[in-house]
Amino acid sequence: MTALGLKPDGAQARPLLRDLASIALIALAGASGYWLFPDNLSFLTRVISVALLVLSLDLVVGYCGIASLGQAALYGAGAYAAGIACLNGVTEPFLLILIGAAAGAVTGLMMGAVMLRAHGLPQLVLSIAIVQLLHEAANKLAWLTGGSDGLSGMLPAPLFGLFEFDLWGRAAYLFGLGLLIVTFALLRLLVRSPFGMVCRGLKEDPLRVSALGISAFPVLIRMFAISGAVAGMGGALGAIATQVVGLDSVSFELSANALVMLVLGGLGQLTGALIGTVVFMSIEHVIAAINPFHWMTLVGAILVAIVLFAPRGLSGTLDELARLLRREGRP
Amino acid sequence: MTLPSPPFLWPSMQTALSIALDALAYGMALFIICIGLSLTMGLMRVVNLAHGAFAMIGGYIASYAARDLALGYAFAITLAVLGTVLIAIPLERLLFRRIYDRSELSQVLMTIGITFCVIGITNYVFGPTLKTIPLPAELARPVDLGFRSIAGHRLFVIASGLVVAGGLWFLIERTGFGIRLRAAVENAPMARALGVRTELIYAASFALAIGLAAFGGVAGAEFLPIEPYYALRYMVTFLVVVSVGGAGSIGGALAACLLLGSIDITARYLMPEFGNFFFYLAVILVVCLFPRGLMGRAKA
Amino acid sequence: MSAVFSVERLSKSFGGLKVNHDISLSMAAGERLALIGPNGAGKTTFVNLVTGRIRPSRGAVSLGGEDMTAVSAVGRVRRGLVRTFQVTRLFSEMTPEEHMLLALLQRAGRATRILARFRGDATLRDEAADILATLGLTEVARRPVAEIAYGQQRLLEIAIAMAQRPKVLLLDEPAAGVPSSDTPLIERALERLPPELAVLMIEHDMDLVFRFAKRVIVLAAGEVIFQGLPGEVAQDEKVREAYLGSYAHAGR
Repeated sequence: MTALGLKPDGAQARPLLRDLASIALIALAGASGYWLFPDNLSFLTRVISVALLVLSLDLVVGYCGIASLGQAALYGAGAYAAGIACLNGVTEPFLLILIGAAAGAVTGLMMGAVMLRAHGLPQLVLSIAIVQLLHEAANKLAWLTGGSDGLSGMLPAPLFGLFEFDLWGRAAYLFGLGLLIVTFALLRLLVRSPFGMVCRGLKEDPLRVSALGISAFPVLIRMFAISGAVAGMGGALGAIATQVVGLDSVSFELSANALVMLVLGGLGQLTGALIGTVVFMSIEHVIAAINPFHWMTLVGAILVAIVLFAPRGLSGTLDELARLLRREGRP
Repeated sequence: MTLPSPPFLWPSMQTALSIALDALAYGMALFIICIGLSLTMGLMRVVNLAHGAFAMIGGYIASYAARDLALGYAFAITLAVLGTVLIAIPLERLLFRRIYDRSELSQVLMTIGITFCVIGITNYVFGPTLKTIPLPAELARPVDLGFRSIAGHRLFVIASGLVVAGGLWFLIERTGFGIRLRAAVENAPMARALGVRTELIYAASFALAIGLAAFGGVAGAEFLPIEPYYALRYMVTFLVVVSVGGAGSIGGALAACLLLGSIDITARYLMPEFGNFFFYLAVILVVCLFPRGLMGRAKA
Repeated sequence: MSAVFSVERLSKSFGGLKVNHDISLSMAAGERLALIGPNGAGKTTFVNLVTGRIRPSRGAVSLGGEDMTAVSAVGRVRRGLVRTFQVTRLFSEMTPEEHMLLALLQRAGRATRILARFRGDATLRDEAADILATLGLTEVARRPVAEIAYGQQRLLEIAIAMAQRPKVLLLDEPAAGVPSSDTPLIERALERLPPELAVLMIEHDMDLVFRFAKRVIVLAAGEVIFQGLPGEVAQDEKVREAYLGSYAHAGR
């Protein structure tokens, strides 16, 4: 997995400045989305919601080196928790997001406790089994989850008591954008914290980390909980914005797509997760509307191409290009 | 899978017997498909999620041969196996060979990619409808076992599974090819130094795995019907079975197929409204109890 | 007894094969002990038993009088039993400074804090810089490990161990893979180890062993066949036999 690792940023190019720049870029991109595609805001909100899922996956795959094809279990937990709460009279949007985060975190703890018992392929299989198990459970517990019809008719209260979550989806979009920016900034701090550094160490060489006297399990299980909280917020945002929660929110397909988006964008950089989500979902939006099977063929081809030609994903490849150009420019 | 779904009742002796026979046949069908995957994963260390796609391609070829060209069942199976291997060879040379020593994640991603492509192309060429493989009269008839009669096809699948298991065991443990294969797996440079042509060995085992997948796809079509999403729908099932059995172990794969096959079939008979719930619950329990698989050969 | 570290009849069998058999030794604070032995003598197994990566079939390991046999590998490190690796195990994309900070933060019990800045503590940064300077690594302190020379990576292994402030340090072939021109660098680093630290070195390079160790233990076929001063080792019959086989007799 080292081939898909972090970029060797030897120069330590003032990380704080880079963070601020990427946050400004996200805000800028978000704002231009708002002005350029006013008729597609609900789609863009969905992109943000999924971007949170892919970010959460990056924490586990990109920073800890644990491959997961079941991340939607955490996203779905957040979506259903927020949806159920909203139908039961909890309509304050911030509170719903918190409920989603809490549900995701608890599910993340459970998922981590199970997945960390195994390594490698059995671990990957556990992640799939967990998401499938929750999928079947959500289907079976129709009294709570609406079964295969899902939940619908959630009516969240206006944002700050002022802005309705209306048909145009402006409030939902801006709410989501704000949530994404805050989450992204916090995650940047997280991956730079001592904790984040230990995670990177665990990804590359767990034995080395244990020789430093650091136990892996408590670190990884906390990362699962954090990842769950982020994914859960994504799910809750989806529930608030679309006002439906379906079985597809806790599915193997969504988990696999999230991994594809992450790898497309580049692992272990957070920005890669965002780029991957936007590129993937935009192409999907256009092509899947024409023919879903052509879309599948294309995704397949993209995946094969990434593995063969750009194992660092789009952002890693861009970084490399930039470095090459800089080197060219030098005397 | 199309199975009767009666309301929950404790099964009578007769129902219990038919569940057991169905579970046995289903487990064997799974085994024929999955054993190839288990070998590629355990011996060649390649996580080939596109394995199901090859089983599906086999099914399509057999359906085309038996239904559209009205050829015999045996002939259709032969065509399916050869045709699938023929399709797989260029893929092995162009794509798989490049991921043999890449990380697990790279392998997972590339083979998911190949699966998606196969699904998209299959749907484009053959359409989204289900393809049947007509059975010959001998296999369509029930066979009387004395205590109970069983569909001839089920009996054929069970027998095939046993032959495949025995044949593979013999091939790997008792023949020169098996010795060279194991040598190439244990220590490729050493094996090469001893004159073993590892590339050829790998290609041959890959072809063998794909051929078995195609055979399993055809033989198991009664349980796992052939349609474009086949490759994705059962990808997880196959992966799970291999992982539970322990990659590379014939006995483990057989045990996992029979165990998970019985749980799946029994749950579908008795509690159809739970879907795959118990199947995945069993998977989680088994993997937690045996993190290396029931009889793992490869260290994960 | 004032032993800071001791091993009592440590044994390990795989199947019927006794890889380590009744190995006993004890070390006082500040001692410099070398463990040598031909290939296949069971040195790697011994390291794994002592560090807690594998469970012994029999016997005990104790540190400062406390029984370690049931303590996990991580727990032993935390109690002051630190090791370096035969083949460097470093994080290729992190810098030497970051490795040092990880070790120092862990020593301070803050390595897994979320609400903290990684290089937020000036005292730790200074300590990291000091140790790196002692070992001559200041120039590469902020380059990713993947880009620095192998000899420097070996030095970093020792630097990390120093940052962990162990009571007992297990050096697993500290000069392995280092070009002979760089061996003096390693040797000088070893001389800088704190005098009160007990060091157990496992090494092939006999010159290094003779210069470094005050006492030598020879392991052959999983058993201790010699314990004594470095000067006596070459004269010992059993040792000659173990290393030279029948040639030992032929030569006489």
